[in-house]
Amino acid sequence: MMFALEIPYWELTIIKTVIVLSIIPAGAVVLGYVFLLKMMAHMQSRMGPMEPGGFHGWFQLIGDGIKFIQKEDIIPGEADRRVFALAPLVVLISTFLLYVVVPTGPRLVVQNLDVGIFYALAVSSLGVIGVLMAGWASANKFALLGSLRAAGQLIAYELPLVLAVVGVVIQANTMSLQGIVHAQADGSIFGFSGLGNPFFFTQIVGFGIFLAAAQAELTQTPFDMPVAESELVAGYMTEYSGFRFLFFFMAEFGTALALSAIAATLYFGGWYQPLFKTGIMADLLGPVVLGIKVMLIAFLIFWIRFTFPRFREDQLQSFAWKILIPLSLVNIMVTAIFKVVL
Amino acid sequence: MAVTDQQRISYIASQAADARLNVELQTEEMTLNLGPQHPATHGTLRIVARLDGEQVVKADVVCGYMHRGYEKLTEVRTFPQVTTLINRIDWLSSFANEVPFILAAEDLMEIEAPPRAQWIRTLFFELSRIANITLFIGEMGVQLGAITPVFFAFRDREYVLNLIESATGGRFHPNFDRIGGIKDDLPKGWIAETKDAMRRIRGYCDELEQLLMGNEIFEARTRGVGVIPADVGLSYGLSGANIRASGVDWDLRRDAPSPLAWKELDWKVWTHPDGDSFARYWVRLQETREATLMVDQLLDGLPSGPIQAKVPRIIKVPAGEAWAHTENPLGEMGYYVVSQGGLGPFRCKIRSASFHNVSITPWLLKGVYVPDIITILSSLYFILGDIDR
Repeated sequence: MMFALEIPYWELTIIKTVIVLSIIPAGAVVLGYVFLLKMMAHMQSRMGPMEPGGFHGWFQLIGDGIKFIQKEDIIPGEADRRVFALAPLVVLISTFLLYVVVPTGPRLVVQNLDVGIFYALAVSSLGVIGVLMAGWASANKFALLGSLRAAGQLIAYELPLVLAVVGVVIQANTMSLQGIVHAQADGSIFGFSGLGNPFFFTQIVGFGIFLAAAQAELTQTPFDMPVAESELVAGYMTEYSGFRFLFFFMAEFGTALALSAIAATLYFGGWYQPLFKTGIMADLLGPVVLGIKVMLIAFLIFWIRFTFPRFREDQLQSFAWKILIPLSLVNIMVTAIFKVVL
Repeated sequence: MAVTDQQRISYIASQAADARLNVELQTEEMTLNLGPQHPATHGTLRIVARLDGEQVVKADVVCGYMHRGYEKLTEVRTFPQVTTLINRIDWLSSFANEVPFILAAEDLMEIEAPPRAQWIRTLFFELSRIANITLFIGEMGVQLGAITPVFFAFRDREYVLNLIESATGGRFHPNFDRIGGIKDDLPKGWIAETKDAMRRIRGYCDELEQLLMGNEIFEARTRGVGVIPADVGLSYGLSGANIRASGVDWDLRRDAPSPLAWKELDWKVWTHPDGDSFARYWVRLQETREATLMVDQLLDGLPSGPIQAKVPRIIKVPAGEAWAHTENPLGEMGYYVVSQGGLGPFRCKIRSASFHNVSITPWLLKGVYVPDIITILSSLYFILGDIDR
């Protein structure tokens, strides 16, 4: 917060909470609109999403939202009602907690934790509890299979995600996301310090692994086995409709935004731009710069999503354990050797 | 020496511990009901699969949810009316359904359609093949999780459907074939448009070859999945691209005597030795491209002349029995028509390809994983109307 010093603690907390709470739907709407509707429509020559509302189909997403909200709230008779109702919230809360540590400017961060990236990765895996709850409480075989697949997948891909980040942490000497941004801002490429030193260049392997693992965390194609619509109908979301489904939808896109923001922070310098390193201008430009970087990474994620077929469950697991994890271990080793030598 | 209680108890305890170690993890089988309303069965096919974890122990295919009694209905229709009905069997390539029935009726009446009519029949036969299989090529992608190809399929299939509509008046169900010829001649400017559309379809095939068939994940999902050895496939009565993908070089367009124009064209029957899902996809893709080339040849060599032979105004088919079969997009389709000299057939047996093609699924699905059920089903490629008639 820019004027953090003048505002009492509890007012500040309320402001921060409101901002973070509004980021999730806003982010989901932006990503859903730009990528799911517009980019996908252009890539697949879809007619529908380009029509409603006149110009470029701007009304489509609003219409979708209205549709979700006015739908009947259906809970299956056999379902465990309380767990069933709680599951989407658990998933949403895990997304919500992710935003706490993402810095959008030198002073614009909800809470600059010293173990920021560790916290973010830990919290992002909380969502799997919600997924398991949803699958179990639905009393539906498709949902159960989907949630078990999701649990296996999220646990398997949590490892490469963490190990890919370790390379960055070694290079930056800190776990704080703000510290990682500063480490990139203060760095230089072969003595040229105009752009800082985005870790993308040194950690390009790590970035690739992070992106693949993030794709799996988001259960998006090619890792969308848990929600494979051609075999499991909709996986753990099968029995959900109306605004409960909307919660899952928002959580998915909110997490996509958060993981893109974390990737941008880790590998592209986050809010950093070369002109202003500190001061009010850095705070004002920070969210914009971060937003641009996030959209570029989200574009990559969704581009892959719309292009690839999906892995089978066993192929998906062997990809994580046999390729991504050894690769990220090698990456850590090489990074550590360079760190010691240089 | 007497065994003390202490010793006995310790012996029992050690035995119990061993037994606990030796007992394998007991798992419970689960029955998963795929369908009749399930996105992967594109229609109302039902598969009852007994699962051990994600592995299929036993799978039963239940069909008949879409049975419309066409064989019985033909008995209360006149011969010209039947084509309207059998259009709906395989709804993606309607015209191809009409041809074998008309051929059987012509056989009974000893009428032969003039050459121009035969060529136009062949033309629409191949166009309906393209309209059918382009959809499969894209739809296989969506079953494996790649959503883009199916939209490309619908985009380019539209051009073929527009062509069929502009020539016959019917978009899905042309009802264009007549005993002794066809209904109308081709409209003006149609040939140039068709050539343009065929170029588009070839471009679409190239696109899909790169986008989907060249994808490593697609190969990993389909190679070695659902392998049908040639002898097993033949004993289950498989036909069409399904059996050609197992290395059997058998195509009724070439191997059966037919009045249609196939024998006058220069084309190739594609086969693949592997017999897996990838091979079936590959063969169908090549066949679509081959069909576009055949359409080009048909347009170039179209003979002039009448399009209708002389037939009586009220068609009465003399008593007798006739069997006619053709190589339809889904495989061998045949009609065994029995006439007793009336206005309509006395009995009509329809041999549709999909019913025989899905009959192998219980054999194929044993021991595969749940995602492979979808791969195998979509690579076998059936149309529900063609299974149940």
